[in-house]
Amino acid sequence: MSAILMPKPDERVLARRDAIIAGLAALLPAASLITEEDERRAYETDALTAYRQIPLAVVLPQTTEEVSAVMKFLNAEGVKVVARGAGTSLAGGALPTADAVVLGVSKMNRILEIDTANRTIRVEAGVTNLGVSGAVNHLGFFYAPDPSSQLACTIAGNIAMNSGGAHCLKYGVTTNNVLGIKMVLVDGTVVEIGGAALDSAGYDLLGLMVGSEGQLGIVTEATLRILPIAEGARPMLMGFQSAEACGACVAAIIGSGIIPVAIEYMDRPAIKVCEAFAHAGYPLDVEALLIIEVEGSEAEIADLIGRITAIAAEFNPSTMKVSQSEAESAAIWKGRKSAFGAMGRIADYMCMDGTIPTGCLPQVLTGISDICAGYGLQVANIFHAGDGNLHPLVLFNANQPGELEKAEDAGADILKLCVEVGGCLTGEHGVGVEKRELMIHQFNKIDLDQQMRVKTALDPQWLLNPHKVFPLEGRPV
Amino acid sequence: MTSILLPEAEAEIEAIVAEAASSNSPLAIHGGGTRDIGRPVQAARILSTQAMTGITLYEPSEMVIAARAGTKLAEIEATLKASRQRLPFEPIDWRPLLGTRGEPTLGGVTASNAAGPRRIQAGAARDHLIGIRAVTGRGETIKSGGRVMKNVTGYDLVKLMAGSWGTLGILTEVTYKVLPEAETETTLILEGLSAERAVEAMSMALGTPFEITGAAHIPGAPSQTLLRFEGFTASCAYRRDRLVAILKPFGAATAIEGDASQALWRPIADVTALGDAPGDAVWRISVKPSEGPAVGGRLETELGSSLLYDWGGGQIWASARDEGDAGAAIVRAAIAPGGHATLVRASPVTRAAVPVFEPQPAAVVAMAEKVRAEFDPAGVLNPGRMG
Repeated sequence: MSAILMPKPDERVLARRDAIIAGLAALLPAASLITEEDERRAYETDALTAYRQIPLAVVLPQTTEEVSAVMKFLNAEGVKVVARGAGTSLAGGALPTADAVVLGVSKMNRILEIDTANRTIRVEAGVTNLGVSGAVNHLGFFYAPDPSSQLACTIAGNIAMNSGGAHCLKYGVTTNNVLGIKMVLVDGTVVEIGGAALDSAGYDLLGLMVGSEGQLGIVTEATLRILPIAEGARPMLMGFQSAEACGACVAAIIGSGIIPVAIEYMDRPAIKVCEAFAHAGYPLDVEALLIIEVEGSEAEIADLIGRITAIAAEFNPSTMKVSQSEAESAAIWKGRKSAFGAMGRIADYMCMDGTIPTGCLPQVLTGISDICAGYGLQVANIFHAGDGNLHPLVLFNANQPGELEKAEDAGADILKLCVEVGGCLTGEHGVGVEKRELMIHQFNKIDLDQQMRVKTALDPQWLLNPHKVFPLEGRPV
Repeated sequence: MTSILLPEAEAEIEAIVAEAASSNSPLAIHGGGTRDIGRPVQAARILSTQAMTGITLYEPSEMVIAARAGTKLAEIEATLKASRQRLPFEPIDWRPLLGTRGEPTLGGVTASNAAGPRRIQAGAARDHLIGIRAVTGRGETIKSGGRVMKNVTGYDLVKLMAGSWGTLGILTEVTYKVLPEAETETTLILEGLSAERAVEAMSMALGTPFEITGAAHIPGAPSQTLLRFEGFTASCAYRRDRLVAILKPFGAATAIEGDASQALWRPIADVTALGDAPGDAVWRISVKPSEGPAVGGRLETELGSSLLYDWGGGQIWASARDEGDAGAAIVRAAIAPGGHATLVRASPVTRAAVPVFEPQPAAVVAMAEKVRAEFDPAGVLNPGRMG
């Protein structure tokens, strides 16, 4: 059993299951409604696999109109709805409840319009992140936010979680790259916010929707910025004998006026696991490794690498290696992007996601080691060093009773430490169920009440993605 | 007689707002008083943030700066400059266009979601704003976001506050992500293009990997189409040569470097050209860039507008006679396929009679009203300013 509790399902809704399913069946083609237990089981969890619950039913609408009809019906029936993209949330953002209908967007996966003259693409929300770039790569463009799950994750989920990724240091996160959305409100009303222009009138409701974890509406379409692909890009590896030297080097590079397209950090345990998996050429005799990527023309890349090398030399790196080929570059990124999968081969782990002011890096890394040691657990650290987004992987053995709870407790202590030094509980994964009860450490009651008032204003019955984001205690009745 | 309140601390603002809410007496919210945009607010008292000043955090190596809302923009910019950094979004200074006095504040920049030519590449104030503190219409101080640039903890009320013109809360402190200053910059100028050809040229340049940070078109005889890029010196030289070659179909491009290039962009950011006829109304129009020339052409024909195109053609500044509806019907018909227009300059009488901000679909209005009611249930913060 795990520490995070979900409230008891609404018996009145469970008792009406047949009628609710009959109502949905009248609104959707048979292939878009999943009711059998075996098939519903595929939707019982997301990538936070420690938590599972088979939902009441699953609907997979194909159009905004179908979403609208479903929402209107379920709202009238007082039935909760859990929106689901590809189910890659690491925070339990798409975890169902027994009395909720899962609304998946996987069948809404068409590219609707590509407009290179205005540098935009309009897509249905179920298109994958990589699918967006794939649709415009041949035209010389790409979609910038690049979460590690980009092969599978959908734009709907990216918008819900305001997803980031390794290259966001330069290009920003989802909220900086979405221009407009079509969405369905809880009562079935269809609204369009923003569009193909760079800004929209009135309040920045688009900014409010991005990152609201599926609690304020169901996004069905999005207009996204696409950017020209750089002429070239090259990663380099730098190894250091201490986290302090590594952190100081990152600060010096940024202080010099260079914004690399990515600066990724791994500690010794992470390097070992990733290298064993990807054979990326990572040095195994260092305490900390940076992957720094720069982009531009050949001459620009050479110039930037020269500048970075000169800066780094002051911090005595024991390894300094620039990728010499496409294959080497691919291997370096494969090692980084498959880190979580590679780690999963050797141990169970909780992947945490906190952010800190980068100046606190050495102090926080020491703190993380101490916390985990205190619980008798090991930890590996991988993160986006340029923007201070940490991903400590707290290792444990799921078959050992009590270990998951220990890992969760250690994770919570780590996130509290992030907040104490001026950071936050989540930089890109979202709150979901995972960090719900920790919100009181970052926000006071007044802050949380104001956020919850916004929720109530747009979803008066709190039907959308219930039991997520806000602590269970203190919610409006 | 309007009285001006100059609180120095959040607690004072809380008390003022709580009293205003309970006595149902609205407040006009001011920063430096340079952005008299929106409907004139009917309020007996002005609450100014001018006494809420001071930089509270600046960490150059973390690329972050925080300041109390009334801190002058000039102070922020000077502080950043000393560490060779800057606010990336090149905020507009409204004074030349609006004929206002006073000093722009960081709170005002935030409340108006200011942005200049660099928005086309770097985004607007909202894209760099990472944290806020604000007193809501309930007389409560809330915080959202923080001092780190990646943060998805709870709802992003930071974005909601940017561009809300003081109608959701009184900003007391704001935190921004900053970026290094560029080592140098270059502007290429093409002369004599029509607006249509100019947008084609800008679109072609913006579709290259050469990171254009400004794309504007100034109609005239001859017209000028300006394309800016920034970075390290060698990189700018390389990009200049490549772009000149790419732009050949549009004619020969002249390159202006460094300080001379900088001098070209401030007047574009501040729309100085349209400030010369202070009796005219001025519209700011936002459309898909490719639709810019058709919109501009129609306004030229039907309203006799003077125009300035920025953001690759997607932002149009247009003048109109300040009489009747100041051209509102024609402007809004012209952008009907998708876009919005704001009447940024007109007499108070006109601004009281014409919807200053773009009218929204009913469902969006309903959403906005519900949200606003949760921040300011008594409607005491800048009532009516946004419509």
